[in-house]
Amino acid sequence: MSAVTSPSRSDLPAGAPAAPGSITPISTVQNGLQLAWRSVLKIKANPEEVLGLTFMPIMFVTLFVFVFGQAMMGDWQTYRDFLMPGIIAQSVVFATLGTGFALCQDVEKGIFDRFRSLPIARSAPLIGAILGDLVRYSITVVMVLVVGLAIGFRPEGGVLGVLGAAAVVLLFAFALCWMSAFVGMMVRTPMAVQSFGMILMFPLTFGSSAFVDPQTMPSWMRVVAENNPVTHLVDAMRGLMLGGDVAGPVAWTLLWSAIFVGVFFPLAVWAYRRRT
Amino acid sequence: MTDAIRAEGLVKQFKGKRALDGVDLTATTGAVLGVLGPNGSGKTTTVRILSTLLQPDEGRAEVGGFDVVRQPHEVRRLIGLTGQYAAVDAELSGTENLVLIARLLGFDRSQARARSTELLERFELSDAAGRPAKTYSGGMRRRLDLAASLVGRPALLYLDEPTTGLDPHSRNGLWDVVRGLVDDGVTVLLTTQYLEEADQLADDIMVLDHGRVISQGTPEQLKNHAGNQVLELQTVEPEQLSLATKIIEAVTSSPVTSDTVRARVPVTDAAVLPEVVRRLDEQGVAVAELSLRKPSLDEVFLALTGHTADEETAGATANEGNRA
Ligand SMILES: Nc1ncnc2c1ncn2[C@@H]1O[C@H](COP(=O)(O)OP(=O)(O)OP(=O)(O)O)[C@@H](O)[C@H]1O
Ligand SMILES: [Mg+2]
Repeated sequence: MSAVTSPSRSDLPAGAPAAPGSITPISTVQNGLQLAWRSVLKIKANPEEVLGLTFMPIMFVTLFVFVFGQAMMGDWQTYRDFLMPGIIAQSVVFATLGTGFALCQDVEKGIFDRFRSLPIARSAPLIGAILGDLVRYSITVVMVLVVGLAIGFRPEGGVLGVLGAAAVVLLFAFALCWMSAFVGMMVRTPMAVQSFGMILMFPLTFGSSAFVDPQTMPSWMRVVAENNPVTHLVDAMRGLMLGGDVAGPVAWTLLWSAIFVGVFFPLAVWAYRRRT
Repeated sequence: MTDAIRAEGLVKQFKGKRALDGVDLTATTGAVLGVLGPNGSGKTTTVRILSTLLQPDEGRAEVGGFDVVRQPHEVRRLIGLTGQYAAVDAELSGTENLVLIARLLGFDRSQARARSTELLERFELSDAAGRPAKTYSGGMRRRLDLAASLVGRPALLYLDEPTTGLDPHSRNGLWDVVRGLVDDGVTVLLTTQYLEEADQLADDIMVLDHGRVISQGTPEQLKNHAGNQVLELQTVEPEQLSLATKIIEAVTSSPVTSDTVRARVPVTDAAVLPEVVRRLDEQGVAVAELSLRKPSLDEVFLALTGHTADEETAGATANEGNRA
């Protein structure tokens, strides 16, 4: 094999910057941010996405508050305040589906092959996708809040409480999107991610305290709802935004987030490496 | 003379099915290696292994002196990959696609812009630079994909069926690009199902069939390999073709293959030509075209595998359908 020599870069036309010599944590983060920029560009470029991110919250908040409000709690204003933290959580939890969907699409379209043939960290595309999605989740949170404010939602927790709740829900979403990423890497088509994700997300959000107080549920459902991670999340957000118990539900939410990351981060990375 | 790629005994199985069954391969630096084979013969699998996307089950491969399994990062620094299906982000514009790749390769913002503009111009995409790639035609998308694989000025370029689905104009354009890259000293590994394409571009051709290399050499050697010359004939009146076919068959005593326009027959001895002409003349067959030539790669493929590339294509496409 002595005759084999590497084509040296000096043979190449001038002007090419030195390709990254080796993968460092700094270069990985840089590449991750560059790929996150791509995800953000995609939100901008995709009108359906913008529509989904803006119209869905308007529709959900309006329908739930004005259709169910009276029946639920006697007057729609009380239900609105109860509902807002829940519907933010629900919107963001559903939005995490987008992570798996987009990853699956990138693999299917061969875009990941291009990234993986570049001299960058193999994890960079995964990191980029998830950082970019955090932007998407933030937009979701802001949109739902704006709609809420427009119909008179004035959280007692004030700006700090709202920021705290936003931080908690984004952290939870960050943890949950690894599950979505795992699903996205395991199934073949984006459509399958959609269907599979729905099966997971509906019980997770509706079988929680997001829309209804679990106390009103039949006992078996109550047990499910009270142990649902989304219930802890929503309770934490309610505590922060509306006042009430904070420490307990926040601790539970952090624990659940850690569990999701602990289980699904390695699984997602494993599935990503093995997907060819 | 150095080798840009050296692979020995590559084996890759997918669920027990051997996609590659011991492939040896050598690509000379600065030359074009054409990998020719029908659907399912293992072309893409070979490219994916040599571009570090897939690990071989057995065998080893070196690209630019680096092992594809143990030194993938070094290999990735040398290569550009244009996969079989255009791997551009449909929602991003042409510029955004190229700038993204450039940034990932370590270009700063202004260098990235400049490189993107330069490539878009070279591939006649300047007018569409700002439009999302999903609005591009198939040919434009392929050109953008090729541009993306050239951003980092790779020393070695993989092109997996680069002209499948291109019109003749775009195909000729792409051939010119490949020739230009070779002039710049780039080594190219090109897979194709088109025998003509390999003949046009490749310095060396490797023929793959069912995951095995069934032949390797220069286009010239491959044609010689098939041995015979081919006599080809076209009559002025299509109705006379069958009569002509009978005459040639009688003279050469080999089976003649004919379509509606032409008859072909492999011949071992060029001396049959005058005899054929004489008899055709006697029978009053007006000849539009009569030639004695080296066999085309299609005919070489037939000689090598016992089946034509087209038959294989039909079979493999059916399999493909089952898999999906
Ligand atoms: N990911 C995979 N899973 C299962 N089988 C695969 C996979 N990739 C390839 N194969 C099989 O391996 C064989 C070789 O496939 P490959 O894609 O390398 O062929 P090809 O020569 O590129 O064909 P084509 O001209 O259709 O692109 C085929 O039989 C194919 O079905
Ligand atoms: Mg292929």
